[in-house]
Amino acid sequence: MQITYTSGEQVEVYRFSLPVTVGVPLLALFLQAFVPRRFPFFSYFDLPLLVTIFFAMARRNPISGLLTGAVIGLVQDSIGGHAIGLYGIAKTVVGFGASSLGVKLDVENAGARLLVTLGFYLIHGVVYFAVARGMVNMTLNWSWGHSILAGLANALLGVVLYFLLDKFKQRT
Amino acid sequence: MESVLGRYRNLIILVGVLFLQVLGLAVQVKRSSDAESTRLIRIWAVSAITPLERGLVWVQNGAGNLWHNYFYLRGVRAENRQLKEQIEQMRLEQVRLNEDAAQARRLQALLSFKEQFVSRTVAAQVIGSSGSDLSRIVYIDKGENDGLRRDLAVVTADGIVGKVLQAFPTVSQVLLINDQSSGVGAILEKSRLQGVLRGTANGEVMLERVMSDEEVAPGDTVLTSGGDQIFPKGLRVGTVSKVGTGKDLFLNVRIRPAANLSKLEEVLVVTEKQERQAAAQVTERMRAADILAQRLPSVPDKPATPEANAGGTAGNAATGTALGASGALPPSKPLTVPNPQAGAATKTQSPSGSTKQGAGSIPPGTVTPSGSQAAGSSHTRSATVPGQTVSNGAPKTAPPRRASEPAAQTGNSQKTVGSKPADSPATSPETPKPALPQSNPQPPAADDSPN
Repeated sequence: MQITYTSGEQVEVYRFSLPVTVGVPLLALFLQAFVPRRFPFFSYFDLPLLVTIFFAMARRNPISGLLTGAVIGLVQDSIGGHAIGLYGIAKTVVGFGASSLGVKLDVENAGARLLVTLGFYLIHGVVYFAVARGMVNMTLNWSWGHSILAGLANALLGVVLYFLLDKFKQRT
Repeated sequence: MESVLGRYRNLIILVGVLFLQVLGLAVQVKRSSDAESTRLIRIWAVSAITPLERGLVWVQNGAGNLWHNYFYLRGVRAENRQLKEQIEQMRLEQVRLNEDAAQARRLQALLSFKEQFVSRTVAAQVIGSSGSDLSRIVYIDKGENDGLRRDLAVVTADGIVGKVLQAFPTVSQVLLINDQSSGVGAILEKSRLQGVLRGTANGEVMLERVMSDEEVAPGDTVLTSGGDQIFPKGLRVGTVSKVGTGKDLFLNVRIRPAANLSKLEEVLVVTEKQERQAAAQVTERMRAADILAQRLPSVPDKPATPEANAGGTAGNAATGTALGASGALPPSKPLTVPNPQAGAATKTQSPSGSTKQGAGSIPPGTVTPSGSQAAGSSHTRSATVPGQTVSNGAPKTAPPRRASEPAAQTGNSQKTVGSKPADSPATSPETPKPALPQSNPQPPAADDSPN
């Protein structure tokens, strides 16, 4: 595990092509909506969150990160049946945090990505839970065990996914 | 100021974006019942996602079909051959089962018909026909060994079929009702018109002897009248299919037989029949006579004649009205309604069926219309059977009956089909055939059997 503190000049900033910028989030949203119907266990994963974290950390731009998280979250809300904004707010926070963290830390290695993903998964869950309970008055039950296990599963999947998505990185 | 904005730019944008989303969320929460506010966004999102899903499903199905329908066909040829053989076997089995089911339905219909109308039947299978269009005859697999004999009715659940023409030891010959030589006493159910059912050369069934001024309409149901002494009364014969004007002032009524005479398989031969309906009619007629007797003006009272008194209280039988089942009157009680004819034209019947009449009215030994001998003067009881006494002065013209026969044939009396009428006075064994001075007995039902 290697989490190194680097200066802004030492951290590399990546960009992505337009098809990847649009296609990968759409594919993630599609898989999230389609695969759990065939494989119910897949509902434990949150592919749009993993994509949000990846793009935010790779771009290392908080504004870009929060906008990416906001758009992906709002689209995810639009597909679902609940009020639009629940995932949007949570992923906006995650995108901002992940991009801000990417500026400060080098999260290129697997261990760092695992911990960062686990942490942001929990943050995402807490924000979603708070907004859903506080504003929309949805009946949700928080379970730390379930959240941590799901966070670990998402972190493991995220590590694999990030290495795949690293292929689409373009140096600035 | 600009430095502050530049320094906290990211945070301000974050707060702004979050504020906008919270605001939008608040609007949605406030309009919780109004889904139209987010409809456009959802349509966009779904429109962006669903084409991918549709494409993936199409690819998945296509790949699955390609694999299952084209590539993964190992053993299909052998399986196909095996399935075809199985289908052939199942078809044969289905044909057999259908045949069994149809036969079971037919037999069940016959059984229910038998329980409803006739008392004793013999089920038989049609095994052959005459093989000629000129004679409508079929052969059944039951004969004399099974109790069959000539002139027994052959029916199905749908209607009558014909009669036994010849009974052989193991098979019988059945003459169908559409044969030219066949004839059945028939009656139209609605109009109660009677006629004779006869077959024609081309296999049709006609109802003859119906006057042209009678109203017969197609669709009328034709039943057996029972007058032929072969078929039980009330069995379904068929329906009127066509009515035309015939010769000699008779109608030309064509009948469509109820039973499918061209596709006979199982039939019932009626060896004994129940006459519930006929017995009920007798009872009905008696009651009508009682009603008539009550409505007739009463004859003025008259003292009893010495002849009547000589007969003791036997003359009390001439009370003119029904006395009830017990019917016992005290010997000394005067007659309430003396009959001037002193019982000569009256009759009361004991429960045993014998008729007891006042002494002197009928000489001893005289046979009453009921066939019983006139009683002597020692009878003191005149028990009457309800509905079987006669009116004042009106001669009772009940059909003659054997003395040993039960008085009231209101039960399910059984009669062997084909036997001669047992109530003929000429055939009564204990009847010495004296003159019938006071009675005008109806002759037994005329055997209008055209068979």
